[in-house]
Amino acid sequence: MAHLETPGTLPARESELRRAFLSQVDIVPGGERLRKCIQCGTCTGSCPVSYAMDLSPREVIARFRAGDIETILRSRTIWICASCYACTVRCPVEIRITDLLYALKRVAMGKNIRPRQFPVYALSEAFVRSVKWFGRNYEMGLLAEFFLRSFKWINLLKMAPLGLKMLKTGRLGLFPDRIAGHADLKKIIARAEEIEQPREPVPVRTVTDEVGYKAIQS
Amino acid sequence: MEYTYYPGCSLTKTSKPYDLSTRAVFKALGLGLHELEDWNCCGATVYMSVKETVSFSISARNLALAEKLKRDVVAPCSACYLVLNKTNRFLRELPELNAKVNDALSAAGLYYGGTVRVRHPLEVLVNDLGIDAIAKKARRSLEGLKIAEYYGCQIVRPQRGFDDMEFPQTMDQLFEALGAENVYYPLKVRCCGGMLMTTANDVAMKLCHDLIACAQGNGADCIVTTCPLCQMNLAAYQDQLSAKFGEDMHMPILWFTELLGLALGLDAKTVGLNAHLEQIPEKILSLAA
Ligand code: SF4
Ligand code: SF4
Ligand code: SF4
Ligand code: SF4
Repeated sequence: MAHLETPGTLPARESELRRAFLSQVDIVPGGERLRKCIQCGTCTGSCPVSYAMDLSPREVIARFRAGDIETILRSRTIWICASCYACTVRCPVEIRITDLLYALKRVAMGKNIRPRQFPVYALSEAFVRSVKWFGRNYEMGLLAEFFLRSFKWINLLKMAPLGLKMLKTGRLGLFPDRIAGHADLKKIIARAEEIEQPREPVPVRTVTDEVGYKAIQS
Repeated sequence: MEYTYYPGCSLTKTSKPYDLSTRAVFKALGLGLHELEDWNCCGATVYMSVKETVSFSISARNLALAEKLKRDVVAPCSACYLVLNKTNRFLRELPELNAKVNDALSAAGLYYGGTVRVRHPLEVLVNDLGIDAIAKKARRSLEGLKIAEYYGCQIVRPQRGFDDMEFPQTMDQLFEALGAENVYYPLKVRCCGGMLMTTANDVAMKLCHDLIACAQGNGADCIVTTCPLCQMNLAAYQDQLSAKFGEDMHMPILWFTELLGLALGLDAKTVGLNAHLEQIPEKILSLAA
């Protein structure tokens, strides 16, 4: 099919984004099915939060194929997705929309696109730190750090009554649990971080053709 | 039957009642639950983190530890259940990732061969023991109690798991056998917003409003859940929800293990009902009398 061949040459920034995205698609089994989207809109219709998105899930796929990742990365959509998988299980051509949105989120975080009104990145980073330090998710510290880092300290105050209730019922730990195998876990993480590095720069692989764009040259 | 128990972070603190009731119910039914020694967070960061090898390795450490014990893993938290299962599947489908993760694990002398089954307690009880066997052990009837069963989104999706992805029935059948009446609850698998409660509060509040309003409208006495975060989202913000929407949004939100525990004759404290953030009405507490 002609339209699968080439939509023209992509701007430099766009092909860079595309390369970053495709390297993420790499870790989504079946990620290359993107090409098969028939734009039926089932994903959007199934999504419980599409009403609050600026780009619907269907439109995300359309924009991606049209070579407009930039717009997707600056949209509310990737931060609003609740990863409930409603779209994924209903898509007639089995596109893993949720996982693709995750991949886009990762690309956005990697490119330092961090919308203040959706501080998902702050939560995510606080979370990673908590696990690194303690081996477990220390919820009390996590939430405090999250609210402080996302400059929503006012929310921290609003949460206070709930916090008190949780303390009273013994459901809030004031101190983190640190696991005994903490040293082991640290070693695993350190080794994994080492392995992670060689991912850049991402080689252009056959998956690019699969998605429908021969225009991206190395 | 013996199982390895993976409580996950939430159950150690914020969702303590779910932990207590899960242990108590397994004990009452004669099933062995052995907590995985020195488990770490499941790595729900998998998709949030930019560094996927790191996240999968964190998750896989648990599976590697569990593999040595040769028992199925029981994970009551929907997020843990999803993440551990996903790690299993990705390691199976992506040999390259598998190699990297095992390389990372070897730094601590571990290896994961991919043989551990990760299961949800609801599925374990219903499939390994059976609804009839459970009903036979019941000491109290749930007659007169109207419930809305809420499964949340992550235990039936994204893989075809142990129940239907759109209209699961496992819990419904279980509680019906125990005498309860199930109200029509079409939002069974609709998302509660999960972490959006902290990152996009307005959106999550609307989702939680819809879930509670639907149960109330259909005459339910309570909503029964299978996940720490679902229960938390629905139970912890009822005052704020009532103020925001100008309706009374108060309703007891139980974990399925709590209600099952009551039916099995356990008392309210043993299943953790005394540590709820929302009011638990007499109608439910009197079940334990
Ligand atoms: S449901 Fe699938 S095929 Fe339909 S628009 Fe969404 S992604 Fe495309
Ligand atoms: S996974 Fe995200 S995009 Fe898909 S239906 Fe759920 S919220 Fe919407
Ligand atoms: S999903 Fe949540 S509760 Fe489960 S282990 Fe991970 S952080 Fe802890
Ligand atoms: S907490 Fe919400 S988002 Fe998470 S599984 Fe439960 S219903 Fe789904």
